[in-house]
Amino acid sequence: MARRTFSIGGVHPSDAKISRDCKIEVLPIAPTVYIAVAQHIGAPAKPVVAPGDKVKAGDVIAEPGAFMSAYIHSSVSGTVKSIGPRQDLSGNIQTVVEIEVEGDEWKEGIDLSDTLVTDIPEDPKAIIEKVRLGGVVGLGGATFPTHVKLSLPPGKKCEMLIINGCECEPYLTSDFRTLLEKGEQVVVGTALLMQALGVDKATIAIEDNKPEAIEHISGIVSAFKAKGGKYEGIEVLPLMKKYPEGGEKQLIDAVMHRQVPSGCLPIDVGAVVDNVCTALAVYEAVQKDKPLVENSVTVTGECFPKQANLMVRVGTPLRYIIDYLGGVPQEAAKVISGGPMMGKAVANLDAATLKGTGGLLFLTREQTKRMPESSCIRCGKCSEACPMGLEPFLLRRLYKAGDMEALEANAAQDCIMCGCCLYSCPAGIPLLDIVSQARGQVMGIMRARAAAAKAAAEAAKPKTE
Amino acid sequence: MDKILVSPNPHLHSKTTTAVLMRDVVIALLPAVVVSVVFYGWKELLVLAVSVLSCVLIEWSVTKYLLRKPCTIGDWSAAVTGILLALNLPSTTPWWVVLIGAIVAIGVAKMTFGGLGQNVFNPALVGRVFLLISFPTYMTHWVQPQGLFGVDAVTGATPLGVIKEGLMQGASVPELMAGHGYSYSQMLFANIGGSAGEACAIALLVGFVYLLVRKVIKPWITLSILGTVAAVSAIFWLANPMQFTDPLFNLLTGGLILGSCFMATDYVTSPMTTKGGIVFGIGIGFITLMIRYFGSYPEGVSFAILIMNSVVPLLNKWFHQKKYGRA
Repeated sequence: MARRTFSIGGVHPSDAKISRDCKIEVLPIAPTVYIAVAQHIGAPAKPVVAPGDKVKAGDVIAEPGAFMSAYIHSSVSGTVKSIGPRQDLSGNIQTVVEIEVEGDEWKEGIDLSDTLVTDIPEDPKAIIEKVRLGGVVGLGGATFPTHVKLSLPPGKKCEMLIINGCECEPYLTSDFRTLLEKGEQVVVGTALLMQALGVDKATIAIEDNKPEAIEHISGIVSAFKAKGGKYEGIEVLPLMKKYPEGGEKQLIDAVMHRQVPSGCLPIDVGAVVDNVCTALAVYEAVQKDKPLVENSVTVTGECFPKQANLMVRVGTPLRYIIDYLGGVPQEAAKVISGGPMMGKAVANLDAATLKGTGGLLFLTREQTKRMPESSCIRCGKCSEACPMGLEPFLLRRLYKAGDMEALEANAAQDCIMCGCCLYSCPAGIPLLDIVSQARGQVMGIMRARAAAAKAAAEAAKPKTE
Repeated sequence: MDKILVSPNPHLHSKTTTAVLMRDVVIALLPAVVVSVVFYGWKELLVLAVSVLSCVLIEWSVTKYLLRKPCTIGDWSAAVTGILLALNLPSTTPWWVVLIGAIVAIGVAKMTFGGLGQNVFNPALVGRVFLLISFPTYMTHWVQPQGLFGVDAVTGATPLGVIKEGLMQGASVPELMAGHGYSYSQMLFANIGGSAGEACAIALLVGFVYLLVRKVIKPWITLSILGTVAAVSAIFWLANPMQFTDPLFNLLTGGLILGSCFMATDYVTSPMTTKGGIVFGIGIGFITLMIRYFGSYPEGVSFAILIMNSVVPLLNKWFHQKKYGRA
């Protein structure tokens, strides 16, 4: 039987998971870590430590700046050296807390043992609060604060929790290794998320290029069914490998056969999607009181001498990780944070990891160079590939003509930046570069219009005084 | 690592380039080319060579001396046009007529519009139709396939031409079919009068399947043309088998296979969406039959494709991809 997948577009790059057999290895702690206060979508956290303060691993060093924000914890024990500006991996200036490492002491009350805790707390609010205090954010790429996602807007009901184990990006294997090595914790984390959301059904979706993970998690899920409660509602669903299956909208389409209307959220169709590593972080935050201070990072690339999956403390300098594995190879031309389709090219190797850093990929010039651009031959491969059903060739033409109205009518704002259009264009036209510009401008116009409409409504209101 | 490259995502490319796609079309046409040379001999080889060489040379000189732009012959599209033009001509076409066809195809139909991707009409078909109107004697003078070393003695009209002429003289379709000994297996495998590329339907279909397997094209346009021709001719044939030819005969003659598999599926001059492509195909099929049954030309695929080429911008405006999460 053909496996399920999402219904519109998609591409099939070689999955190149050459680090799939590398067990997650704990990286020794760097001598100095640099922990950014903005590691999530939303307001940056506000530092609550001062230079000279002694901190332990798990201590809060920055508090949420707003509801849409997250706690930041120290990932190491040591002395705060400075709080100030530092370049991130794109070269942008961010506020970071610099901590000089001394030993490896953890805050009291954090359970570092391997004992599995499978009992699910009754109170959803208590779970959400622990998730919030643990600084858990979405680890699938967007780093959306998890407690915000779990706090459903009034009137909305979650019908299904989807745990995203697709890892559809080529090369990356940290989710895969997490499923194999921390499968039980992921399943408990899933049950915790279900309890927090008040939902009885959860699907752990895994692409079929990871049969070991499908088998392993299926075994755990069926063994845990005996525990009853939320565990009874968890299913494992193998999906056909296709990029970008791990995209939230695509995954909801594949699993639930529902599409999130433009401008709406997954919860509007009754879905909540969380990554497997997020489920693990939720488990640790709720059951072990351990905040999100370390995450698994795949370090890979054909030109890289040693493939690895590492457990890395948040704020570890990239150069430290690379040097630990033998340094940057001569042939490498590009270092990518994340996967090759949606990852960011690193401009600054002195930058430090964030909570959401899932991979470091080294590509040679040959692998990553862009083709010279030639004429569009109207083959339509870009719109065949687009998982949002957009027509990149048309958006490009409209953008060149500066027709913002037509761009909005043709849904430029729906672009999810997956890169399928540019990946598949035989003429080497930088479609995504153009479409993302168009998307940004259309979104700006839509926001300005919404703000103007709001102001007009305010002004039209009769004065109550 | 001396320098670090930074660019927006994605960082990988499928490696399928325009040249790879066009080269696949050339490979797909090879069975038909080989069969046509085997059937029609060295004269066909000459037509092919003149057509391909002049198409490539004209594109090269236009880019170099007129447009002063980087040369584009490396994308193989001029070679594709050259082969298609040659397969659309009788093997007896004089070399200078072929040359004129190539000048019109590449020079007029392609480069004046701005080169690959900009042209509205299929270049090879524009070349062929130009020759058909300008040199009707050469273009309708078909030679029965005589083999690689044969002497071309027998000349005659194509099956569609024979039927058209016969009908005008008052004969009926079954009489004419029987009188000329046309059989479907002959049409499928070889040996009917016509332009070189029409000689063997099987060779063309093999190439078509190759393009499908390599995912160069989708089958919808071709299927919609063939389906329309079969359905519409079935209606006419059932209504009056004396006056109208049957569906299978219409499918296998008059370059319909060549046109529907290789000319109508041209990226540049066909619609961008599947839905648009199906409407495009229905239009081609319908117009082809109307020309065959009621027009003054015995066949009609070239005209039908060119007419529908002109509707493509409209089809692209009307039909769009199904968008995610939108009605």
